[in-house]
Amino acid sequence: MFSSDQSCCWFVRKVICWRAVASMAWSVLLLLPTTALFVLLIRFSLFHPILWISECLSLLTSASAIFSFILLCGVVLMVGFFNLEYYTVVPSIACSKIALLGQVLHPRQFVHSLVHCIMGVVVAWCCAFTIGGRYRSLGHSCTQDESSSGPEMCLNEYHLVLLLVGAFIGYSHSLVGVVYNMNYVSFHTMQQYKYLRFKGALPLVVKASAVQALYCLRTFLLLYFFMGYAPRAWICKTLDLNINSSIHSLDSVSSLLDLSLLYHLWISGTFLLLTWYITVLLFRIFVTEVYSFPVQSTFTEDAHQCLPKVITGTQPMILKFLALQDLALLSQHSPSRRLEVFSLSQPGGHPHIWTALSKECLSLLSDLTERLVAHHDTVATNGRAKSQSTGGNKRSTTSSEGSVTSVGMEDMKTPRPGALIRTPGSVFLRSSVGAGLRTPLTIPFTPDLDSPFSSPALRRLTGPLEPQGALSPGFSSIQSPHVMRRGPKLWSASTDSQLNGSPPPSPGPAPSPSQAQLKPSFLVTFLQNRKDQLPEASSQALFADSQVHIWALQGLSHLVAASFSEDQYGIVQTTLPTILSTLLLLQEAVDRHFKLPHTSSKPGHCSCSMGDDSYKTLRFALRSTLKTSVYRITATFGGHLHAVQMSAEHRKRLQHFLEYKE
Amino acid sequence: MMCSLALFPPPLSGDGETSQYNESNTDPSVWFEDSPALNLYFPRESLKPHSRQESSSKSAFRDHCETLYTRSAGAWCVCLSLSRTHAIPKPCLFTNPHLCLSARRDAGLSGLLNEIANSSAEVPKWLGVSSSCVLALLRWVSSFHSSLFPHLTLSSEEMTAEFSQVLDWSDCAVRSFAWHPHTQKCAVALSDDSIKIYNPKRLSLSQCATTPTLKHRLQRSVAALQWKPLCASALAVACHNCLLVWHVDPTSLSTRPSSGCAQVLSHPGHSPVTSVAWSPNGPLLVSASPRDTAMLVWDVAVESCVPLHRVGGGGVTYLSWSPDGSRVLAATPSSLFRVWETRMWTCERWPSLKGRCQSGCWSPDGSRLLFSVQGETVIYALTFTDNPGMPLMMSGGPKAATVVADLSETTLNTPDGDIMVGGEIQSLAWDPRGERLAVHVKGDAGAGRPAMIAVFKTQISPAFKLLPCGFVQGEAGTEPRLMQFNPNYQHGAQLTVCWSNGKITHVPFCFMSAGNPQPGLGGSPSLPLTQGRPADYNNQTLYTELIS
Repeated sequence: MFSSDQSCCWFVRKVICWRAVASMAWSVLLLLPTTALFVLLIRFSLFHPILWISECLSLLTSASAIFSFILLCGVVLMVGFFNLEYYTVVPSIACSKIALLGQVLHPRQFVHSLVHCIMGVVVAWCCAFTIGGRYRSLGHSCTQDESSSGPEMCLNEYHLVLLLVGAFIGYSHSLVGVVYNMNYVSFHTMQQYKYLRFKGALPLVVKASAVQALYCLRTFLLLYFFMGYAPRAWICKTLDLNINSSIHSLDSVSSLLDLSLLYHLWISGTFLLLTWYITVLLFRIFVTEVYSFPVQSTFTEDAHQCLPKVITGTQPMILKFLALQDLALLSQHSPSRRLEVFSLSQPGGHPHIWTALSKECLSLLSDLTERLVAHHDTVATNGRAKSQSTGGNKRSTTSSEGSVTSVGMEDMKTPRPGALIRTPGSVFLRSSVGAGLRTPLTIPFTPDLDSPFSSPALRRLTGPLEPQGALSPGFSSIQSPHVMRRGPKLWSASTDSQLNGSPPPSPGPAPSPSQAQLKPSFLVTFLQNRKDQLPEASSQALFADSQVHIWALQGLSHLVAASFSEDQYGIVQTTLPTILSTLLLLQEAVDRHFKLPHTSSKPGHCSCSMGDDSYKTLRFALRSTLKTSVYRITATFGGHLHAVQMSAEHRKRLQHFLEYKE
Repeated sequence: MMCSLALFPPPLSGDGETSQYNESNTDPSVWFEDSPALNLYFPRESLKPHSRQESSSKSAFRDHCETLYTRSAGAWCVCLSLSRTHAIPKPCLFTNPHLCLSARRDAGLSGLLNEIANSSAEVPKWLGVSSSCVLALLRWVSSFHSSLFPHLTLSSEEMTAEFSQVLDWSDCAVRSFAWHPHTQKCAVALSDDSIKIYNPKRLSLSQCATTPTLKHRLQRSVAALQWKPLCASALAVACHNCLLVWHVDPTSLSTRPSSGCAQVLSHPGHSPVTSVAWSPNGPLLVSASPRDTAMLVWDVAVESCVPLHRVGGGGVTYLSWSPDGSRVLAATPSSLFRVWETRMWTCERWPSLKGRCQSGCWSPDGSRLLFSVQGETVIYALTFTDNPGMPLMMSGGPKAATVVADLSETTLNTPDGDIMVGGEIQSLAWDPRGERLAVHVKGDAGAGRPAMIAVFKTQISPAFKLLPCGFVQGEAGTEPRLMQFNPNYQHGAQLTVCWSNGKITHVPFCFMSAGNPQPGLGGSPSLPLTQGRPADYNNQTLYTELIS
């Protein structure tokens, strides 16, 4: 990759890992009060308060409780590890239901689900142990009939149900996590101290876990009612237990409506989800904490840790995010660090820092412009005009390039092969920690390729089906190219190939006419129907990583505004025309995007579950920030902007801003 | 302590810089260069009175001989829709659910209980008795709560009137007024719940004057307005139970923007909203409600909010964001106010006031906060000397507030006889250049002290100084209701005042800014409107800070 390995390693080793460890430590510490609360709630008896309290105390101090507490700690650490391993700062947005299915069935996700399932069972076992009484163990001695000699072991169904609930909730946690992007870590507009942020989010987390546990319990009971006999019989067979015929089995309406059972199941589920959610919450809070990078360093060996260097790197995504966040904050809040940005290099007198920062921000913004233009083109032509995908790519690239070069963007568009992997497709390329651990199998599916088989690994698996490495990525020969090639053009956000500078897919052999004339099979039409259903998602996917662009806009505009009074050498002036034209171009592209028929113009309502859906509204934040940024520059410079060289069209546009008519 | 209003020039002498405002010395070209004057007049009769659509329809719908079931069904459905938490199975659930449309909004659980308790003939006795018991318990608990925070007993309207910056809000034709921070454009909220937007430049350019009127279903009892900085179109409106952010396209010719142009921001428990403030350089909006202990920080573009809870105070009534964006003043209904720092959103508490903080304003550089306290007639000042960029900023904060001006009652001798001035302070406004401070004095009509606006000259650097300047008075028999400085006035400062008779006028103060003298206008400040200003008031400093 473009960035040096050294830079990404130091950051992951020194910052991210420590943050993750700190968050896990706090979650383990918080496990103590949570467990105490759980014990109090689960042993609750209204009529014997003193007995209740004393029982709870004796339970909490017993050696067996400490053993199960250690087990719970292990589970929390495991959850923390999975958070660290699976988190992403760019959400993976499934553009179609098929893609969503692909995500759910992906091996990486399978591992996640399996482990969470097992951990759910472990937590449920601890719960059963804590509740005691009829839940205590899986088997209990029973004398079924007089003919047999001695007591036999019978299955304790209460215990089994509790374990199954744990497994079910663990699995659904993992599943819901995929669907609602629970591994997405969002950054907040407002900075708050970690403790205050945690305190503010805690009630929501408690509520979310209680509600989620209730929903899971409902689904589980339905499932158990219809299919409860299967696990019961299986357990009995494998563990050689008998079924006590004198006790009613639990999969009947009357026994499932046992209030005390329901209460215990619900509290246990809530406890399970709460401990996990707290771990997730703490991880999010710790990992998104502001990191202040030095703007320049006196020692050359630390140069790779400085902001201008770090901001250009790509390789842990989180590093880039934190660097841009730091840039946005320093441009707003710290005059002393701004001075460093505006300073000149000591021998030579070049504004290296400003050049690096502004160049990176501008290239990010013009990337987004290109992406929007390309998306607009594909949607406007509805994909039909470009049955040849390579041709389409070429066209959109040249058109956007044409518009960009017209305003003298040539210097900003220095080719940086492979560096710009900021398309939504590159979700898992953050992969910070797992850079070493990553096996080919964990290279993820991308959300924008519409086939579940589009992950490189899976494609390799399905390779034999594909003729010669495919015409367009991701589609095997069983599908008619005529139909399938249109698919990704329609709603996908896939502009990968022309954006990240990788060579467009090799043209390959032209599709044979006979193949093209094949009638689409039933399966293909079905898939096709499933594919075009989430138009909103394509817009979301397009802006999935827009937090970077928002920070770039904020950072640039604040720096430019501050330069009006703080820039002693006039270094910002030289870049001002480029900055303005980039912003105006982006403004134009964003305006056009919001005029597309399928994009809603207002953010929808957010659910209060644990999944963070702030990525759904990033485009609105971007639109608003963009306008504010242009206004910030025009409001600061005012009439001086007339002296800036720019095209007539942009001048006209800028005049609108100067008159406050946008 | 330096005394006060006695140093002021007598208000009715007729030749002070800002003495009685009359039509003769109004020169439109001074108010708005190259655009006509914006004299607005909203006689109260022209605005139709506050129509409570709901209450009227409710009484029409509600026949008195409805059965208890339908009535409680109404209350119950509302209760369900408001909070889906109380789950008491009642037979009323199964009776006509569509009647609940006509039910009371504020009913809830207590409404249900009330209905049951009051209809002893229709329900079994035990149910009636038990519901009245529960009701009594609820009332007892809530009375205990409201004895801690007496303002909670007020109704929403009364609360808005109590905590609004507008004098006598419920009686006022103009409920709120806001200048656009960058252009000559203003929004006026009227007592018929509509908002009109005036644009003097547009008026002059095209004869067909388009003054967009904003109306929305949820736009009731508007308490505050503010335009978003660094934006042409967004206007935040603090309404009865939500916040509205209107996006009024400045190029559009439509006179009635649809309600689709408004974003509705609401949060459970956050009503009535009495104050809003935009961050001067960002996308954030803070809103306050006296019933909600949390101050909400909204990211308007994505319609999400972060509640900032702090113990104490019982609500938030008034917010003011410092012009440099580094701090926010948040007043509470009890004798406590907070100053939030906006980098990490921590706050410092200022307890032990005599009353609640009624109003406050920031100096343009954000270093100084002036505030007034209910029940007192003085203006306090707080100085923030620290660097707002530093993370641990609370160390450099001020230790105590100092009294900088005393506006207690004074008798001034005028040619027409003695008049009484002074009293409690309703609101404060500092002009954007930091040269004039307008103080809205409540007065006391019974004691013969009219409400009036006293204007001070201020100097911020090198030392903070307050000098008496004059009074602003309206036509005979009118009193000022609200005031705001125009942020875009080129020749000094311009104070916009809404009067009790529905007129909105603009009082210009022309001066040369001491900080940055404009070249080309001659060395000495020429004050177009000050001909015979008594010179001896010039040197009487009301308050001077000693620089240590």
